[in-house]
Amino acid sequence: MNLDFTPEENAFREEVRSFIKESYPANLRAAQDEGRILTKDEYLAWHKVLAKKGWLAPGWPKELGGTGWTPTQKYIWSEETARADCLGVLPFGVSMLAPVLYTFGTDEQKQRFLPGIYNGDVWWCQGYSEPGAGSDLASLKCKAERITADDGKEYYIVNGQKTWTTLGQYADWGFFLVRTDPDSKPQSGISFLLIDMKSPGIQVRPIITLEGGHEVNDVFLDNVKVPVENRIFHENQGWTCAKALLAHERSGIAGVARSKRSLEKLRTIASTERSDVGSALLTDAFFRRKVAELEIDLTALEFTELRTLAGESSGKGPGPESSILKIKGTEIQQRLQELALEAVGHYGAPFLHDAKGNAGVGPDYADGLAGEMFNGRKTSIYGGSNEIQRNIIAKMVLGL
Amino acid sequence: MDFSFTEEQSMLRDTVAAYLGDHYDFDKRRAVAGKEPGWRPEVWKAFAEELGILGAPFSEELGGLGGGPIENMVVMEEFGKALVIEPYLGTVVIGGGFLKHSGYAGAADLIGGIIEGKVIFAFASAEPMSRYNLAVVATTAKKDGEGWVLNGHKAVVIGAPFATHLIVTARTAGGDRDAQGISVFLVDKAAKGVTTRDYPTVDGNRASEVYFENVSLGADALIGPADNGLPLVEKVVDEAIAATCAEACGVLRKLHEGTVEYTKQRKQFGVPISSFQVLQHRMVDMFINVEQAVSMTYMANIKVGDDAERAKAASAAKVQIGKACKFVGQNAIQLHGGMGMTDEMAIGHYFKRATMIESAFGSVDHHLSRYEFLSLGKVA
Repeated sequence: MNLDFTPEENAFREEVRSFIKESYPANLRAAQDEGRILTKDEYLAWHKVLAKKGWLAPGWPKELGGTGWTPTQKYIWSEETARADCLGVLPFGVSMLAPVLYTFGTDEQKQRFLPGIYNGDVWWCQGYSEPGAGSDLASLKCKAERITADDGKEYYIVNGQKTWTTLGQYADWGFFLVRTDPDSKPQSGISFLLIDMKSPGIQVRPIITLEGGHEVNDVFLDNVKVPVENRIFHENQGWTCAKALLAHERSGIAGVARSKRSLEKLRTIASTERSDVGSALLTDAFFRRKVAELEIDLTALEFTELRTLAGESSGKGPGPESSILKIKGTEIQQRLQELALEAVGHYGAPFLHDAKGNAGVGPDYADGLAGEMFNGRKTSIYGGSNEIQRNIIAKMVLGL
Repeated sequence: MDFSFTEEQSMLRDTVAAYLGDHYDFDKRRAVAGKEPGWRPEVWKAFAEELGILGAPFSEELGGLGGGPIENMVVMEEFGKALVIEPYLGTVVIGGGFLKHSGYAGAADLIGGIIEGKVIFAFASAEPMSRYNLAVVATTAKKDGEGWVLNGHKAVVIGAPFATHLIVTARTAGGDRDAQGISVFLVDKAAKGVTTRDYPTVDGNRASEVYFENVSLGADALIGPADNGLPLVEKVVDEAIAATCAEACGVLRKLHEGTVEYTKQRKQFGVPISSFQVLQHRMVDMFINVEQAVSMTYMANIKVGDDAERAKAASAAKVQIGKACKFVGQNAIQLHGGMGMTDEMAIGHYFKRATMIESAFGSVDHHLSRYEFLSLGKVA
């Protein structure tokens, strides 16, 4: 039991650092520093650099483009990318769909879709939630009827509505859960379909969230024709794919490295801001206690994540225990956002629709903090709400 | 980076667990704790002779198993599961810690005595007005020729009734609250002028008020540097904290498992109460507390040997463990309902031990303040 890095691991860390320094796209860095909304190209700029380097998808099997890194190397990678404020790779294609494809897809499907995911040529979005199917995802109603068309080929005709489709406004393709058998039990009548978002009958409408951003969308499907070969795995067994997706790469969801970076920023803000008596806010007895408790909780989460990684490297794989990482990880992210907003005091309030969020009013570090905090409330709701995660632990770990 | 236990460490755990399984069931422990002398010297003898675990953290040259904090952690976690009373913490972790880290001339002999089960230590540090501040020492040791004369009153010295020797902090210079001027002494409990008032503690252990009246100490009683013993005391106490956190992990696991089992059996409204979601989520939150406590205990025991990180790591872990002891302990009682209030069920005894661990070597508030100072600097 030790925390030592081998000389090889230290060398790897150096390699990662210099790679980021040399290769991180300047236009993306500028956009992030300005705090403005990213364009589609900016979202993909780092993705494309990583794809070229071969470091895009550390979690994939090596033969399909994975890096073959050890859990420790993955840990170093996440630490270094967070420390350098690198934009996260969008998860929809790389870490949500791809594992389903390489686990359940046919060779033909893998060959057709994996390269576009890897290279960033195809933007994927997720079609899971519906207005009436949130935490109870298996109650989804979006209907797909199988027909033989005039061209003699088989198609699904899809009708229904999906919602909370993140960045669906940019998407080329989407992966959808649809109901192919309305008569069987909820989980057993679902299929997993890949749908071209340019198909006739698809309409994407923005949902503006409380902080004022356009991140998520409603997707309406009106007699959308989907070739049967776009179905992954067997008909009516899409739930198996969905479950596998939810279990994949759970450890990353703790967001430990990013939270450590946010904590550093919080400490910088609280060293600059003044308390009521004029000293640095970080010396205020009440404020610093909250920072200290958060820091300790984050340390505990970090070691829980390391224990999970150690379990993975010994071949046990991430168990349902990793629901802890989701619950604690999101709670900590939210507390960090709250404390940052609290730290800037009055300058949490300005809400200006210019390039820099609050530009020109108050200190730069106050830009957009309220928006981040408001937007951050989503993290304990999405990906299986934290209450659903507790149900999972109760059932799968405690046997209740 | 490695979070696995070595084969030897796993064997150590199995050995301890197997012995405690055979000899340390709850009813036996309850009976022993309830009457004099409050412990079983024959169990201690077995630890020394049958199991050989009293040498776990000592080097092989000294007759030990060549381990360190991780070995202490393994033993203490198992002890926590069985609510072991016998004084491993005071003797092996604290007594052994002072001997190992001080360069004390007689260390090899005394460590040999620990390993054989013949030398038993208790740590006499706290005083009636010291609260958790290790630097508050009113007990005095005045220079007298080559030696010293010791006077004072030490409070709630855990395990003192079982001890052959006391490790005593005393003031050799400065005022009552000065960090400088503290020295550490080895005192034979049978020495003239040492008196104790022995009593049971609420969690089934034993402790004493210890009074020193003109106790005459030789030159060889001094452990570590004269007048500047506080850094040594802090180091050993941090190791004791890391080990106590491990004991807490054992206690917490039993509290949680016992609660999950009980709610599966207990029926109300015609169903097991474990089917109620409000109780399920409470038990999940208890589980998360336990797992986070285990993670912090690993962290503390890995880092406790590194003087640059030690203090911060120990305080961070103690904060996490203190909170977990309160949350898991109190909810275990709550979910057991009326049965949780009874003396006959083990759950209450684990709760009482958890509650005492919560404040052992400093409360959550104490360690938060210490952590804040170490991580964030001085308060305004």
